[in-house]
Amino acid sequence: MIPATSLPRLLHQSSGRPLTLAQHEEAFAGVTRSGPVFDHLEASGLTGRGGAAFPTFRKAKLIREQRGHHKFMVVNAMEGEPASHKDQTLLNTNPHLVLDGAEFLASIVGAKDIAVCVSREASTSVNNLKRAIHERERRSSRGAKLELHTPPHRYVAGEESALVHWLDDNQSLPQYRPGRPHILRIGRGPVLLDNAETCAHVGLIGRYGADWFRSVGSAQHPGTTLVSVSGAVPNPVVVEVALGTPLRQILESANADARPQAVLLGGYGGSWIDPALLDTPYGNDTFGAHGVSVGAGVVLVLPREGCGLVETQRIVKWMANESARQCGPCAFGLPALADDLSHLTQSTRDVQFAYQRLVERCGIIEGRGACRHPDGVIHLIRSALAVFAADIEAHLRGNPCAGSRSPRHYATVPSLEREEELVWE
Amino acid sequence: MGVKRRSGGFVLRVNPILCDGFGHCGELAPELVHIDEWGYPIITATPVALSNLAELESARYAVRGCPRQALAIERVPDPA
Repeated sequence: MIPATSLPRLLHQSSGRPLTLAQHEEAFAGVTRSGPVFDHLEASGLTGRGGAAFPTFRKAKLIREQRGHHKFMVVNAMEGEPASHKDQTLLNTNPHLVLDGAEFLASIVGAKDIAVCVSREASTSVNNLKRAIHERERRSSRGAKLELHTPPHRYVAGEESALVHWLDDNQSLPQYRPGRPHILRIGRGPVLLDNAETCAHVGLIGRYGADWFRSVGSAQHPGTTLVSVSGAVPNPVVVEVALGTPLRQILESANADARPQAVLLGGYGGSWIDPALLDTPYGNDTFGAHGVSVGAGVVLVLPREGCGLVETQRIVKWMANESARQCGPCAFGLPALADDLSHLTQSTRDVQFAYQRLVERCGIIEGRGACRHPDGVIHLIRSALAVFAADIEAHLRGNPCAGSRSPRHYATVPSLEREEELVWE
Repeated sequence: MGVKRRSGGFVLRVNPILCDGFGHCGELAPELVHIDEWGYPIITATPVALSNLAELESARYAVRGCPRQALAIERVPDPA
């Protein structure tokens, strides 16, 4: 049993090897929950950890109320974000906690099948899950059937409609969903889709109950969360913190640069923040006031030596290549934005023109894709234009910072694949 | 009934996945649709009152003239 106020919870007993089923049941024994898990999920106030921070209970309730005798539970451990390692860390520490949560959620909505989705390139996670699912199959299994799925490793493949589309039709492409709330379906069966970390939290709530869960974190956003810190750190790490911990403290626990130039929060569709916000408690309620979302828990530290505009340009160029190329504004607009940014950072002619066109194009492209991929990129660009305003002045005057010429970069961006090499099936 | 139907408004919506940028909508409903630099439609987001028959008619032309059938007229209860 884990004491209520001790951390870490999800990464409890991380010995470098994933816990076996027997070890897991021993480590997380001592059930104190009374009453149905559904009530505890409501009382816990758990929000989704995949980025949107939607209340997990409301999502589960919506699917529970759907008709249909064949429902699905989908665990999203795709983690297409190159700077995020939390799902991988979780699956390498305790895959059974994720599967526990998935089984609780499946029993809540009445799902008969659980699909656990991991990117096919994350071979360690795939192996760990295979072993964990095999261990569970040998135990007398009641309840839902577990199945492992390995969609292609694409950024948009982890988007919920793309993931469900892959399970349904073997294509990792986002779908157009005009009405809200939209219920995703495999065949005709309604789908409840939750992030792997959310499932792990549900696994803990199912064992220990809501009061235990709420004993750390802020009142509005209780519990803990996993944060992947990368950039100006000795080693990229995943730390588990209580929601409401000041961002500065998170950076300290990862041994990050104490006086960064800026921090990228939320992921590659997130936003750059000024170091003045470092003392803000970590959470969507506090950062939301500044128009910033903590997203999927990515913190990328940019040191003073780096150039924020060059990093943004590299990220946007990669994001443009990761577009599914289904919608015109995204397929043509994002490469155009990347071009404008590289013009702004590298060229010395017509920089003013490139800057104005960039701002205009951001306004034109926003909100015109089937998924939120282009909107995320535009959010990132706008925050970069605000936070690195002084750098832009310097670039416009033809006097760029030293960091923009340095070969050292801080954001992890995979090498670009050619368009015909991209795999969607 | 006729009076009732004219209350409320409509917006033209495009399915961006189906849309291939033919640009017919921009010619059939120029008051509602602008074409961006890549040929894809930018549709006015504010609802138009259903009593505005001229714009409703051109929206219908745009819906019927779309080669990919990517457009739809969506009714909204409150004309803002």
